[in-house]
Amino acid sequence: MTTAAEHKSSGIGKDLVVYLCILALAAFQFVIAYQNIDASQMFVRMMIVAIVEAGLALLFFMHLWAENRGLLWFVVVFTVFVLLAMQYGWTDSFRLSGGVPWAK
Amino acid sequence: MSHADLTIGGPTAGLTAGPAFSVPAKKLAMWLFIIADTATFAACLVAYGFIRNATPNWPRPFHNITNVALMTFILVTSSLTMLLGIRAAKAGDKSGALRWTFITAAAGIIFALLHIREWLALIGEGMTLFQNPWGTGLFGSAFFSITGLHLTHVTAGVIALIVVGIRYQRGRYKADDLEILGLYWHFVDIVWMFVVPLVYLLNLAH
Repeated sequence: MTTAAEHKSSGIGKDLVVYLCILALAAFQFVIAYQNIDASQMFVRMMIVAIVEAGLALLFFMHLWAENRGLLWFVVVFTVFVLLAMQYGWTDSFRLSGGVPWAK
Repeated sequence: MSHADLTIGGPTAGLTAGPAFSVPAKKLAMWLFIIADTATFAACLVAYGFIRNATPNWPRPFHNITNVALMTFILVTSSLTMLLGIRAAKAGDKSGALRWTFITAAAGIIFALLHIREWLALIGEGMTLFQNPWGTGLFGSAFFSITGLHLTHVTAGVIALIVVGIRYQRGRYKADDLEILGLYWHFVDIVWMFVVPLVYLLNLAH
């Protein structure tokens, strides 16, 4: 069924390399957790690593890279749009943590 | 507009000619489900982040990360075994495909058992949905709802792996069906990549 012709023809080698990369990145997240850094910096570093991990899994484990480019853009654009749209409420979260300056 | 317009070359001809993105309907349906489920998990994680950021006495109860590290290793490895199963199925190796699919399901069961063990340990320390001994009661509801939603997905995936594996063996399902199920299983793995840092590692006791 798949249009992922590369997936069919390539060997297990690429999957294994991607698997090892994801494992290494996951381990790196645990290393970051023990670094003596600010929580916001820790959050940013962990999210960058998680996004790279997710990208590898999406492109190579789920073979999105080898699919029709239209499908790739459809998935990426819609997902990223929804994820970004959800960041709308952060100002209110900081308002709550910062002593409710605008509610008075 | 006549029926002929719709089927032969009318204004909507471009919308009805062939599968969208040259992807079979079942596979496209799974991708649409994954996009929708991404929104579900993202909403949970963003709400959790919102609450955590706005709550001063947020607990950091995790002292030992061995269990979550082991769970991560098992889930990522299960993605590889899923790939091996699909590869075997595409090559026509039915017994190999079934073996790897069941190994993937077994990994999912081990993951779920480790998760439940962790939950029981936390409950034993006094953590419930609405209170805990370390800080705000919101922590329990956030932790159990996010990890519970993920655990539900893993459980559903394990059941689907067993059912689809057996039906593939009996000839009712094809290698393509295993591949579509594989998309779901990898998605569950991807979600865990975000749950671990946000819910566990950022709440590590220092």
